[in-house]
Amino acid sequence: MNEIVPAHTIGEYVPLVDGPEKVSGRAKYTADLIASEMLAGRILRSPYSHAEILDVDVSEAAKLPGVKAIVTGADCDKGFGVLPIARTEHPLARDRVRYCGEPIAAVAAIDDATAKEALKRIKLKVRELPAYHTAHAAMAPDAVELHERRPKNIERDVHFELGDVEAAFASSELVREGTYNCPEVCQNQMEMHAAIADYDAERDRITVHASTQVPYYVHLMLSQILGMDMSRIRVIKPYVGGGFGCRTETLNVELITALLARKAGGCVRTIVNREETFITHRGRPETDIRLKLGMNKDGRITAVECECIQRGGAHSGYGVVTILYAGSMLYAIYDLHNVKYVGKRVMTNTPPCGAFRGHGTVDVRFAFESLLDDIARTLGIDPFAVRRINLLPSAPTFTDNDLMVNSYGLPECLDWVERQSGWKTRKGKLPRGKGLGMACSHYISGASKPVNWTGEPHATVKLKLDFDGSIVLLTGAADIGQGSSTVLVQSVAEVLGLDLSRIRIVTGDSDVVPKDNGSYSSRVTFLVGNAAIDAANNLKAVLVAAAARKLEAKPDAIECLGELYRAGAQDKGLTFNEVVTEALKDTGTITVTGNYSTIPESHGGKKYRGAAIGGTMGYSYSAQVVEVTVDEETGVVTVDRVWVAHDCGKALNRLSVEGQVQGSVWMGMGQAMSEETAYHDGLLLTANMLDYRVPTIQDSPPIEVGIVESNDPHGPFGAKEAGEGSLAAFLPALTNAIADAVGLRFNDLPVTPDRVFAAIEKRARRRKSNGGGA
Amino acid sequence: MARILQLTLNGRARSDAISENVLLLDYLREFVGLTGTKTGCDGGECGACTVLIDDQSRLSCLTLAATVDGKRVDTIESLVSDGRLSAVQRGFHEKLGSQCGYCTPGFIMASAGLLRRNPRPSANEIREALGSNICRCTGYVKIIEAVMHAADLHAAGASP
Repeated sequence: MNEIVPAHTIGEYVPLVDGPEKVSGRAKYTADLIASEMLAGRILRSPYSHAEILDVDVSEAAKLPGVKAIVTGADCDKGFGVLPIARTEHPLARDRVRYCGEPIAAVAAIDDATAKEALKRIKLKVRELPAYHTAHAAMAPDAVELHERRPKNIERDVHFELGDVEAAFASSELVREGTYNCPEVCQNQMEMHAAIADYDAERDRITVHASTQVPYYVHLMLSQILGMDMSRIRVIKPYVGGGFGCRTETLNVELITALLARKAGGCVRTIVNREETFITHRGRPETDIRLKLGMNKDGRITAVECECIQRGGAHSGYGVVTILYAGSMLYAIYDLHNVKYVGKRVMTNTPPCGAFRGHGTVDVRFAFESLLDDIARTLGIDPFAVRRINLLPSAPTFTDNDLMVNSYGLPECLDWVERQSGWKTRKGKLPRGKGLGMACSHYISGASKPVNWTGEPHATVKLKLDFDGSIVLLTGAADIGQGSSTVLVQSVAEVLGLDLSRIRIVTGDSDVVPKDNGSYSSRVTFLVGNAAIDAANNLKAVLVAAAARKLEAKPDAIECLGELYRAGAQDKGLTFNEVVTEALKDTGTITVTGNYSTIPESHGGKKYRGAAIGGTMGYSYSAQVVEVTVDEETGVVTVDRVWVAHDCGKALNRLSVEGQVQGSVWMGMGQAMSEETAYHDGLLLTANMLDYRVPTIQDSPPIEVGIVESNDPHGPFGAKEAGEGSLAAFLPALTNAIADAVGLRFNDLPVTPDRVFAAIEKRARRRKSNGGGA
Repeated sequence: MARILQLTLNGRARSDAISENVLLLDYLREFVGLTGTKTGCDGGECGACTVLIDDQSRLSCLTLAATVDGKRVDTIESLVSDGRLSAVQRGFHEKLGSQCGYCTPGFIMASAGLLRRNPRPSANEIREALGSNICRCTGYVKIIEAVMHAADLHAAGASP
């Protein structure tokens, strides 16, 4: 007889549990849920950057046959926004439009052509206002304020100083300063935004399908905007085609579609096109950074001063959080003391920014790792050595801003990429035009304090076990392609020793699944993963008790082997199905709950206003080496290869970790090399994938991933996040590599061929004129 | 103006009355209900809508449905046979060539087109064949591995 052993997948290469649906075309995304009698929704957008709305005349549009509903700002006077302190936005602009592309009115009609025609018949009367498309212009003393209570259009002014920064700079052996510009970039996830709302007028209930990362937040905002009790709303998240932070807050598309459906008394589908998806981007704000570092000759960082200005766009969104992350996450990667941070989040007449992958941390990390490299070069210190001398003291530790670090695999990440890239033997010895650069980054595994604090556990998972012996995992955690459903199924299966096929997962339907805060800040694996483990342990206890009863043994004598429960090695035992039958005798269908809450020590401190931002249960760490070739004739930079090591605590699914890390690195490459939005008088010029250049398969390098496992004491099976922390390091690793290749440093992104070529030419002219004078 | 479109769609002969200006993409999705083919952009930017027309990979968003009259059109839904995934689909599933899955039907159809004319493509040949498809999740590394794996599976006897 074969020995029965518990099934086990944690740490293996596991294809996604929902993969067959995705590769067969059976996976249904919001726009795919086509129903007969469905109305087509269309949105009229502002052609003005900033204007007072005097009149929106829909009378001619309403006369068009086939138009079933028209909504304008007059239909909803309530504001929305992800932060309860900053609900500045309306689904449809009311008294003012604040960016070109802001929704003003919307139509539901029998078909798309009719809806489009109706939009053309809506007449606007406005009084234009001065518009500000840069942070600088918006902060001018005489600038018109976009919103109330934001003097000089500053949404949040963050100041903190921990330590004696002035004295530390004064006693530093070397001080250097740099300025950096990172343009606005956006997620450009492959699925365009879509929503379907179905209003049941008989019962005054509404069902909304939304392409969202945060079904619960959508639920909250629908209730707020529609003025409907939350119990009358059902939110369903179908398959979602990527998010990267673009969908971590309720979007106007979802709210407008719901308003239309209620007014039409039926079902409305709104699919916004790619251009509109770009306008609704919620991307990373354009950021200007001035960074000053003090260092001693041994490479120890003595003092840090960072000023950060973000062009946030026309509404608040996550803005306050973004500008706080940019400061707080200076910490928790190196051993820093004497840090001063000044951050300004500025409101401008451009589309609102949001929480793009690596939220708040990426641009500051670019500046920091660039300047660190630069200063180390001056001191003749190797880039690896300067990072090693500044490592955190061994974990567990707390930073000066009270961030809790329990596991810290950065030293091993550094070792891995140094070894794999052949750094020691190759650095400085490559032919002209080729270079190696490196950098580090980190990220949180879930914000420890949720945006909407309710006192509930941070994550809840339900398991249902019934007569058929199958386990249904119920979770609100939104799989948007990152593989959260797979990790949750694996976690439950691992605890119970069962094959993955025993477990089915149901997500994303508020009628069925427990509430979840959503997929953002890399929270799901850590928080919901722990809740899944808790639920599985609770179920296991029920099954062990049943097996003990049936086998007339004590529960602690029961050995659980997944498909077999027995009282000692000599016992024939009970099959899983026999245990289930016994367990059901008392209660019928079994449901158990698993919960998880973060610990207070992880909530950040109170040393400055907003110091809770940055607090998490565990930080991931990443180190990267990038190898480039710079063509000095054309300015074209080719990334030949990337080595990246990521400390994810424990790789629950190695396949997913590799995929997430590669995707992060690659997305960092897009920001570093080609992606940026551009506006003309507030009109978005880069509203398609040809002008907004994301790297193609032909531009993309091999990315070798090393997984570092620091086994976080609180992480599920020791795991931390894997999907964001490796993005930021690519940017400085690239510019450090270019500096190594051709001796030119680029502090302004993206590093396009034009920019490189201009810098090479400028240097050549300078050398020539210097040579001429000598 | 309406006209009759006759084609072989996923191996079945069809005859439909369509309007002359309807795009193949919209015909497939909204008229026939084959929603596996995705709309990812406003026309010719992303490759998510790739289908095979007489075995050649084509963008259905830049193709008028009327122009495929008399032709064979294969979509992602055609690849599963007897309920089992094809070699290309297994390649993408097993090697994580698909994360969110939205670009996947386009990548798989472009890869299927490649493997039909070149059963053993090199990494560079894969890059060339998939150069007009955008994926925002994977960084493409595992997509190349997926197509290589599919070629192996096909060589070992799996249906293409």
